Amino acid sequence: MPSTEQLIAQLAAGAEPVRRLRPPLLRAASWLIGVAVIGAIVVPFYGDFGLFAEKTRDPKFVIEMVGTVLTGIAAVIAAFELSLPDRSPAWAWLPLPPLLLWLGSSGYNCWRDWIEFGEQGWHFGESAACFGTIVGFSIPLGVALLLFLARAKPLAPTPVAALGGLGVAGLAAFFLDFNHPFDASFLDLGWHAAAVGLVIASSSAWGRWRGQINWAAAEAQTQR
Amino acid sequence: MSLSQDKETEWSRWMTAAQEGDRVAYERLLKDCLPYLRSIASRYHRAPDRREDVVQDILLTLHRIRHTYDPERPFTHWLATIASRRSIDALRRRGRTEKSEIFDEQAYETFSDPEANREMSVRDEAPALQAAIATLPEGQREAVELLKLRELSLAEASQQTGKSVSALKVNMHRALKALRSQLKGD
Repeated sequence: MPSTEQLIAQLAAGAEPVRRLRPPLLRAASWLIGVAVIGAIVVPFYGDFGLFAEKTRDPKFVIEMVGTVLTGIAAVIAAFELSLPDRSPAWAWLPLPPLLLWLGSSGYNCWRDWIEFGEQGWHFGESAACFGTIVGFSIPLGVALLLFLARAKPLAPTPVAALGGLGVAGLAAFFLDFNHPFDASFLDLGWHAAAVGLVIASSSAWGRWRGQINWAAAEAQTQR
Repeated sequence: MSLSQDKETEWSRWMTAAQEGDRVAYERLLKDCLPYLRSIASRYHRAPDRREDVVQDILLTLHRIRHTYDPERPFTHWLATIASRRSIDALRRRGRTEKSEIFDEQAYETFSDPEANREMSVRDEAPALQAAIATLPEGQREAVELLKLRELSLAEASQQTGKSVSALKVNMHRALKALRSQLKGD
């Protein structure tokens, strides 16, 4: 292992110019604009705008949708902020208020559905399709987001990736609203939660793996 | 450890220059902030060698993510966060490693080492080996004595006995096989 002074000399000798990262808010905004553009292209292919317009007359649906999209946006912003070492850990709480709105409104709709239809509210087939849509949307969005976030080489990749996963799952659930012919039932909510959980868990696993890679690389360099 | 405003400005200027490829400014910065990094690392790690390992890891991390420093923001806050974070990570890693390892000062006294009695057991086994060699046919016994006990080379043994190298090899191979089965059989 080289001495610390030798290591400094090595690092300085290999110090190429680097491109500074743009401010995290700007980076988050560019990623979100990219997603909005992709959404604008993809949604008309599968969305049912007649049904969507009809559903938007129900304020509870609108509140749930706003909660969903705000959770996505807030979690993505928080992930970009926390990917840098000198940002406050308090950023992690940013998605909490919209998440509560999302969960609260879904839960309320779910309860209303239960009261109104009883056991008929269990739409098994449709709910499974929701799971597929959320996961299906989340995979390409998640990969794109994690690549963006990886540019910052976060010191704590796991929470950053988990927030990114929440953001992506929120946005995917928002896209799902454009063709969601029923209100959330208990089972439906369960499928949504499972899909969001799966996306967050996969992202976190990626984060942990990144963390281990960073350690291994650093160890290998100090052993040289 | 609080730093003066002048130091903060100077380090920030050097780091900005380093991001643009100024190696002299970078080396000056890393050398100058070394005591500061050591003071942070020593809050978490008392052993000097371990502390120095952590300082090196902090330097490598700083190097790897130097593009994340924003000159509009305070440099020392950025640096101190990296240093603390890496020191804590090292503590966690140490904790994980120590969980799967056992430290026992009395191990030498408490547990037997299979290698410890090797010399004695070789001495104990020597008469049995000599008896086994004595039972070998003449050619094989000769090969063992010359090649293994007197440690001659094949060429030297061949010269001394007048036998070819390949004949010696065959005899040696057969002798070892016979000794192995005889000693195992005991």
